[in-house]
Amino acid sequence: MRTKHRLGISCVALMAATVAAKADPVRIGLMATLSGPASVLGTQVRNGFMLGVKELGGKLGGQPTTITIVDDQFKPDVAVARVKDLLQRDHVDIVTGIVFSNILMAVEKPVLSAGKLLISANAGPSPLAGAACSPLYFSTSFQNDTVHMAMADYANAEGIKKVVLIMPNYQAGKDAAAGFKHDFKGKIVDEIYTPLGQMDFSSELTKVASEKPDAIYTFMPGGMGVALVKQYHQSALVGKVKLLSGDTVDETSLPGIQDAALGTISASHWAPNMDNPQNKVFVASYEKAYGAPPSFYAAQGYDAAKLIDGALRKTGGKVDIEALRRAMDGVPFKSVRGAFKFNNNGFPIENFYQVSIVKRPDGKFVTKAGPKVMTMAKDIYSGACKLPPR
Amino acid sequence: MSPALLAVQILNGLDLGFILFLVASGLTLVFGVMDFINLAHGVQYMLGAYFAAALIAWSGSFWLGLVLGAAASLAMGLVLEWTVFRHLARAGHLEQVLATFALILIFTDGVSMIFGAGALSINLPPSLAQSVSFANGFSYPLWRLLVIAAGLAVALALWLLIARTRLGMLVRAGSTHPHMVQALGVDIDRLFLLVFAFGAMLAGFAGTMAGALTGVEPTMGDSVLILAFVVIVVGGVGSVRGALIAALLIGLVDTLGRAFATDIMSLFLSRSSAASAGPALASMLIYVLMALVLAVRPSGLFASGD
Repeated sequence: MRTKHRLGISCVALMAATVAAKADPVRIGLMATLSGPASVLGTQVRNGFMLGVKELGGKLGGQPTTITIVDDQFKPDVAVARVKDLLQRDHVDIVTGIVFSNILMAVEKPVLSAGKLLISANAGPSPLAGAACSPLYFSTSFQNDTVHMAMADYANAEGIKKVVLIMPNYQAGKDAAAGFKHDFKGKIVDEIYTPLGQMDFSSELTKVASEKPDAIYTFMPGGMGVALVKQYHQSALVGKVKLLSGDTVDETSLPGIQDAALGTISASHWAPNMDNPQNKVFVASYEKAYGAPPSFYAAQGYDAAKLIDGALRKTGGKVDIEALRRAMDGVPFKSVRGAFKFNNNGFPIENFYQVSIVKRPDGKFVTKAGPKVMTMAKDIYSGACKLPPR
Repeated sequence: MSPALLAVQILNGLDLGFILFLVASGLTLVFGVMDFINLAHGVQYMLGAYFAAALIAWSGSFWLGLVLGAAASLAMGLVLEWTVFRHLARAGHLEQVLATFALILIFTDGVSMIFGAGALSINLPPSLAQSVSFANGFSYPLWRLLVIAAGLAVALALWLLIARTRLGMLVRAGSTHPHMVQALGVDIDRLFLLVFAFGAMLAGFAGTMAGALTGVEPTMGDSVLILAFVVIVVGGVGSVRGALIAALLIGLVDTLGRAFATDIMSLFLSRSSAASAGPALASMLIYVLMALVLAVRPSGLFASGD
């Protein structure tokens, strides 16, 4: 009976797929930060996503697929205008990509209230993980706080007692501070918030020198991280005050930081050396296609493409938001990070690893995952989300 | 707040101030002498840093790369003047703004296509990538001291050039009475070429000095350009002396604001509201300063012709 039933479903699905193939292409809007200093992150998300699409022959779920790529220019107002274009002009069913949390906070309302699916391939702002969670929201990255909680655990284990936080003054910077403070057992001596995009940290590092903490903890994505790490290494803090960071030293900033990054300890849910077959394929084909090692941003973009593909295969290619949503709940793909589940708020439940920096024989720098520091971790906001488990 | 901490923060402010001076001195001369609004000046700052980064990597020598980078910035300035700016010299401000804005877009995208959008680094030789220790435990990065020294040297050289040479006399005369200078038989186009290329070289040099601290990336010139315009407006358009004083003033106000705004705000506000109000106030301070200066002296601190 059961087999027959399944067969029946797949027959219907097959018919639906044939109908859909003629009438209904899958329309996806990919929004990323593709201009300005932060574009290196957006470029990786886009590259990862498009690599996933290319591997599937340009057809997600075997369906004709149109992908409209838009640049949010790292400006929330521009992002809102672009996402309205995607929804009203391009009639997309799914909006994905989105690197920065302030951008995601600007576009989540228009997308979710239009009843469309929103799949973040990087940004993980805390409000969307808690009370403002939505059944239509999914993330292939992590909730912002989590990495920094893992780093606080590391700082505790290292016996670090006094820390100064240096964070960019925006949603993800505040989430990073909250995450670190949540787990850190020592004393936060000072919290310094810098304007997003600030490149000269002379004044902040001088202040740190006068406060004499055991360590600085920072989250500075992209070029800001390059600047801070380099300036730290030129300062007299080296050897006296440790520099700990989350989501700062990775394949997007390593070409700029280079040797100064060796010895840096960080935490991440993914690194190129993750040992599973799908990741080996991904890392090899990414390097072949783009000539540089992928970062976790690219891995998340790639996973987003695979998630959409898997869900479409489950619905038999039918672009029905409700059916797609339910299919996604079941994690219909193999993540390049290995173990992966969705929490009730659509954020991943995943492992975090201690990450070190390695210089490869060809002179390129990559991150390397070491011991696991958090096992199938859930974010701290999911309790405030009233949705049932997925 | 200890005096030593204040002293180091003042050094940080001077450091930013001299970088701004190197950028603004060329900009104020081009604006003052030729009445030319060059938005692409920030691009020359960025290009200078890329030239130096590429040439240091190519030659394997930091100092050789630095000198070649400055030479390349000078050459780039000459080429741009000859191909683009010369033809806009007598056009209106709107045409100049549009054309030089186009140059920003072309060069920023061109550089990201060639070098990638991510940050490159200018690696200092180990002898320079260290700190100098002072008494009472404070220390200061050697490279930042060199930036201050280089800024002082350029300021002195510019002063000698402008106040003591025939060329300088023509530049001074050109900035206040361009038609009279022309009527006296001076080739003002050639004067412009020289001033422009020299300004481009200084901007490129500033980009290199700053790039070694912050990394080199395609949009690094944008924020500097805005600050450089604030500097020349505060200092008085066309005045190199004004550019120096205003650059140091802006550098100090910005740096000390960032360093102490949160602490000062926490005297009146709770810790958490001070932590959010402080950075916001700090980033506004230089514009408040500009507004105050313009209210008192509408043509800047040292308006040319004073």
